[in-house]
Amino acid sequence: MRWIWIDKFTDFQSGVRATAIKNVTLAEEHLHDHFPAYPVMPASLIVEGMAQTAGILVGEARGFEEKVILAKVKQARFRREVRPGDQLQYDAEIENVTPEAAMTTGRVSVNGEPLAEIDIVFSHIDNNMSGLVFPEENFVFTEDFKSLLMNYNVSTSAAGTTS
Amino acid sequence: MAMAREEVYQKVKDVLVDALGVDDDEISEEATLTGDLGAESIDFLDIVFRLEKTFSIKIPRGELFPESLVSNPEYVEGGRLTPKGLDTLKKAMPHADFTKFEKDPDVNQMSNLFTVKTIVNYLSTKMAA
Repeated sequence: MRWIWIDKFTDFQSGVRATAIKNVTLAEEHLHDHFPAYPVMPASLIVEGMAQTAGILVGEARGFEEKVILAKVKQARFRREVRPGDQLQYDAEIENVTPEAAMTTGRVSVNGEPLAEIDIVFSHIDNNMSGLVFPEENFVFTEDFKSLLMNYNVSTSAAGTTS
Repeated sequence: MAMAREEVYQKVKDVLVDALGVDDDEISEEATLTGDLGAESIDFLDIVFRLEKTFSIKIPRGELFPESLVSNPEYVEGGRLTPKGLDTLKKAMPHADFTKFEKDPDVNQMSNLFTVKTIVNYLSTKMAA
């Protein structure tokens, strides 16, 4: 099972923007070591959550044809700590997509308060890396990731029929 | 609209400071992007995007930083560009200074053609057009 750092999408506009949420819980084992008696979500995992939100947005924009790999974190600024019981909201926007790469800008909030700005460059590795050949199969967008989006589509279409 | 060369240089400097996380006193016109400023391949894409945004222009793929010619056997022999390869590269990069490189066109030295000045020259021509 891949480690997935977002719980669900709450908004998804193909090729434009996506919003995902993540509930932080003490059931996450690493929080007991980071830090003992004072659990704080590691900032690196907040970056990963943004990379997943933005990465799926970028991947979907090209029908999951490309292998989208985080190439560079352009900036990541954090304003506060994230503790168990907090809810994170990741808002990612596509700034630019080309055959080789994509850039995204992102904001993270915690319980509605601004938490971080994280801007990322993704590489479409088949069109980069000067001629290196990668496996045919798209090892980036496995079912684990795609199911996140499928669940979003299911819940939005379900919401549509009930309202 | 034409922009003064100095103004172009200042803006390029700001772009490089942000894109490469270098201090602005590390940047000079002669500085090479890879050797002196530590740029990696993905940084070139980042730089192109940022320049497009800063200068409100479109930079066609491969125009500022031409695609590697080294995969073409006609252009490379024994790790050096052939006269034909060199000629092609010069045509593709009128904005680069070849004085040093053409004396010994070792493909490993090709990245030295990508200097801050190369970018400023390219943009100055582009903005004047």
